Amino acid sequence: MSHVSTEITDKPYQQHHFDSMEQQTQSTLLGIWLFMAQEILFFGGMFATYTIYRLLYPQAWALGAGTQNVWLGMTNTIVLIGSSVSIVFAVHAARHNQRGQVMKWFAVTLLLGTVFFGIKSIEYGGKWNHHMVPGLRWDDGHALHTIQEHAPEGMNVTELPKGIQLYYSLYFVMTGMHALHMVVGFGLAIWIMIKNARGCFNSEYYPHVEYFGLYWHFVDIVWIFLFPLLYLV
Amino acid sequence: MKALQTTPDAASSYANQLDVLYWFLIGVSVFFTVAICALIIFFAVRYRRQSDADRPEATRDGKLLEIVGSVIPFILVMIMFFWGAKLFFDARMPPSDSIEVLVTGKQWMWKIQHPNGKREINDLHVPKGVPVKLTMTSEDVIHSFYLPSFRKKMDVVPGKYTQMWFLPEKTGEFRIFCAEYCGTEHSLMIGKLIVMEPHEYEEWLNRRWVDGGGAEMAAASTDDPVAAGKQIWEVNCAAACHTGRPGSIAPNIVHKFGTMRDLEDGSQILMDENYVRNSMQNPNDDLAKGYPAAMSSFKGVLKPAQMNQVIAYLKSQSEVAAE
Amino acid sequence: MNDKAEHTPELNYLNAGHTVKSWLLTVDHKRIGILYLIAMTCFFLIGACAAALFRIELATAAPDLLANDTYNRLFTMHGIIMVFFFLIPAVPGVLGNFLVPLMIGAKDVAFPRLNLASWYIYMLGGMFTLAAVILGGIDTGWTFYTPYSSVYADSNVILAGSGVFITGFSSILTGLNFIVTIHKMRAPGMRWMRLPLFIWAQYATSIINVLGTPVIAITLLLVVFERGFGFGIFDPQKGGDPVLYQHLFWFYSHPAVYIMILPGFGVVSEVIACFSRKRIYGYEFVAFSSLAIAAIGFFVWGHHMFTSSQSVYAALIFSVLSFLVGIPTAIKIFNWTATLYKGSIELSAPMIYTLGFIGLFMVGGLTGLFLATMAVNVHLHDTYFVVAHFHYVMVGGMMFAWLAGLHFWWPKLFGKMYNSFWAKVGAVIIFFGFNFTFFPQFIAGYMGMPRRYHVYDTVYQPFQMLSTAGAFFMGSGLIICFVTLVASLFSKKHCGRNPWKATGLEWMKAASPPDPHNFTSPVVVDVEAYDYTDERVYEDA
Repeated sequence: MSHVSTEITDKPYQQHHFDSMEQQTQSTLLGIWLFMAQEILFFGGMFATYTIYRLLYPQAWALGAGTQNVWLGMTNTIVLIGSSVSIVFAVHAARHNQRGQVMKWFAVTLLLGTVFFGIKSIEYGGKWNHHMVPGLRWDDGHALHTIQEHAPEGMNVTELPKGIQLYYSLYFVMTGMHALHMVVGFGLAIWIMIKNARGCFNSEYYPHVEYFGLYWHFVDIVWIFLFPLLYLV
Repeated sequence: MKALQTTPDAASSYANQLDVLYWFLIGVSVFFTVAICALIIFFAVRYRRQSDADRPEATRDGKLLEIVGSVIPFILVMIMFFWGAKLFFDARMPPSDSIEVLVTGKQWMWKIQHPNGKREINDLHVPKGVPVKLTMTSEDVIHSFYLPSFRKKMDVVPGKYTQMWFLPEKTGEFRIFCAEYCGTEHSLMIGKLIVMEPHEYEEWLNRRWVDGGGAEMAAASTDDPVAAGKQIWEVNCAAACHTGRPGSIAPNIVHKFGTMRDLEDGSQILMDENYVRNSMQNPNDDLAKGYPAAMSSFKGVLKPAQMNQVIAYLKSQSEVAAE
Repeated sequence: MNDKAEHTPELNYLNAGHTVKSWLLTVDHKRIGILYLIAMTCFFLIGACAAALFRIELATAAPDLLANDTYNRLFTMHGIIMVFFFLIPAVPGVLGNFLVPLMIGAKDVAFPRLNLASWYIYMLGGMFTLAAVILGGIDTGWTFYTPYSSVYADSNVILAGSGVFITGFSSILTGLNFIVTIHKMRAPGMRWMRLPLFIWAQYATSIINVLGTPVIAITLLLVVFERGFGFGIFDPQKGGDPVLYQHLFWFYSHPAVYIMILPGFGVVSEVIACFSRKRIYGYEFVAFSSLAIAAIGFFVWGHHMFTSSQSVYAALIFSVLSFLVGIPTAIKIFNWTATLYKGSIELSAPMIYTLGFIGLFMVGGLTGLFLATMAVNVHLHDTYFVVAHFHYVMVGGMMFAWLAGLHFWWPKLFGKMYNSFWAKVGAVIIFFGFNFTFFPQFIAGYMGMPRRYHVYDTVYQPFQMLSTAGAFFMGSGLIICFVTLVASLFSKKHCGRNPWKATGLEWMKAASPPDPHNFTSPVVVDVEAYDYTDERVYEDA
């Protein structure tokens, strides 16, 4: 490799197999977008399942959404949008070579993410306590009782056809997969903060920060779809 | 030895219609395969590197091949499509004068119920010349009801009802297969379609069957306990479970009455009246060695008198064996 | 290119490092290709042994060798390992990794470390699947149909499902890597219409990989959740629909057929051009038919479900679209045949495999028309006819193309030429053995024999017996092929840079085996693909 590295000492960020910095940047960008495309298809499988069952069991869906705490969901939506804004500031700071500001805005993003997880765990915990987790902790009597409390006047949930468990199964799978993406995002953010602290980025070169921003926006957008679909219907 | 059979029986005119389409497809396929293979072999010989064949300037791409090569296949596949779709829709529309039979798939047997409530397992008796509509569902996994001699099949799906129909036009016995993989004994989930003359079918359908206490078991048509027990045994037990076929889910115990039986927990037990009766009521108490806990209880399904008939039958068989 | 590489180049990618670490941590796309080659051969052998065992069992109608549960586990293992660990990754993983950068004149793929990660992901998935096999097997069939897989099966569904789920990401990342590489890393002058058809095929395949694989990933994950936690996505007890699983499964798994076969098309185009000494007839049509197949292939999945209770009108649309896929496929076959016309044909081992491919794949494709015809499909669905059909496509098509490619690029991979006589003997035996194995299954299927049957009616026995005999004949051909290739590695003689006198950057500009950085001088492309009138092809004999 030695004879290669000597050629490119004037371009410290260019990897040896690329001919130019421009080629490297464009390649990485295209790669990131393709990654997003596969992410969309990954969630697409769940959204397709959701759509079909919702058409099959509209009542169960309405009742399931009725048991959700819209205010907690709404708060979480705002928190996540806030974290998206803060990551925009981080990217902006990186572009202007402000290493400290990058740190600050990443910390804000992580803080908001933690708030999101806190609220989410309150919601999950509530469902666990009310025996509303299909398979793991489901008790027809208990769960239906809770659903009855939130049901519109004059509706008897015990007469409901099957389907309510599907709503909760999908609720946990979809929000769980979204949360998993956020956990991965946390790991990436911490890694980028370490790199930033070591001075790996400057205004010429900060692709990690920029692409993390894209990823985080994607995770945020998934939630923007999940919130109305699961809470508001 | 039977001659090698290479085409399936055709038991309905639909089967014959389908075979015509099938042979049309064979014809098209053979034509293209032979033509292309012949060309390849001819070119490979004629233009082998050592040959002095005339090879003018490299041929430029022509559009003609692409156009002809798209249009002709397109016309052919459209013929196949419309022909296949026409037969498919015919095959899906049951005539209004069909007999309706309920079919329930279960690992690994077919449970059949006729319009007058008569039930059978793995056998399906139908009259010749009358369309039969099957309404099917499954108790567990997905199965598929397949009548090769009628060229028809339909999946049997838990949680919903599917339908298929066929018009038997020949008397005789035809195969029923489960075509969707359903677990351990998938290949033993087979049955027999018995097409009878209409008057024989009427007689069969109305043969005296004592209803087993409103339960789903078929009871016997005779007063002789051994003969009655034999009927109950063969319809309910031997047909699907205690088959004696290799790999079946339950042992064949017809000749075993009065012998010591090995149990799953390593002990032995005498096969006597108490054992048989208890096994019918609480099948999991004394599991036979090497077999799963797959039997469902007959408690409340068979009347005590009917259980006695089964015991009488098994007992008679051991005496037969001893002689 | 001044150095005439008549002897093994002193520095090449194979001897650039000798430690195990230098292999396991390599980011060189060529070495990663070799890693895939080794791993994949092992998986192939495991899958083949499973097939040999149940083929012996099936020789007679009665169950004599295997218990029913063992039989079910063996055919499932054969299916899962062959589909997900051999057919899907073979050509892209080995030949694609090795050749994509070489053919377009790049130093490496766009993301070399990601490429190595893909191999590790593939291996991790493989380990999960093998663990499932060792810890008692899995008996759901490779299709994992619910609710059998999610509720009723008494085997390691979770482990095997996770294995396939993990391996999926290897496909996705490799596909992503290839798309970016082909878009952004081409050498100066390598315009799109100058790309070898192998590259077009890899490009089309990669698109399906990136867009299709995530769907099966999430689907299998849902099955794993359903089985592990009791969630009820596809469980009819909880209101779920098991047929929805089939839709999601085939949404990927039908395009997956094209993931398997499109790279094979690419190999075939390269080999035919080389051994006819001609440009592929109708280059543009062959190139774009790959993309057309990839695109239409996404909308035909329902033809696996004509008897599944999906609506008849949906079936109608899936049927017509399935027929339409046949047209670009027919175009390819016509163009390959036309390429032979007035060529200068040499029947080398790769060429024998390739001509075998055309014949067998055509049978596979034409019998596909039977299955696209709705009424005929109802009779043939889930019978041995389907088994024969997809083996003609997968083995007669994909495996023949894979062996053609392996024999064609073997000298480039290792700098050694195998014994051509024995390679041809192997090819001919595999061809005839294959037909003996699978042709009788068409008849058994038309006769109504369902697939996945452990014991069966004796009317089908003659076909099954012939099939078993053929399988062992084919197996002996594979052994000859394997021994011939491995023996060549011990030969002292070097094959030269371009033993076939083929066009393409990998033959004309790179040594055999290539330099660690692929090319020792800058690459500029100034000719069309397959220009066999260019005298530079025949330099340094």
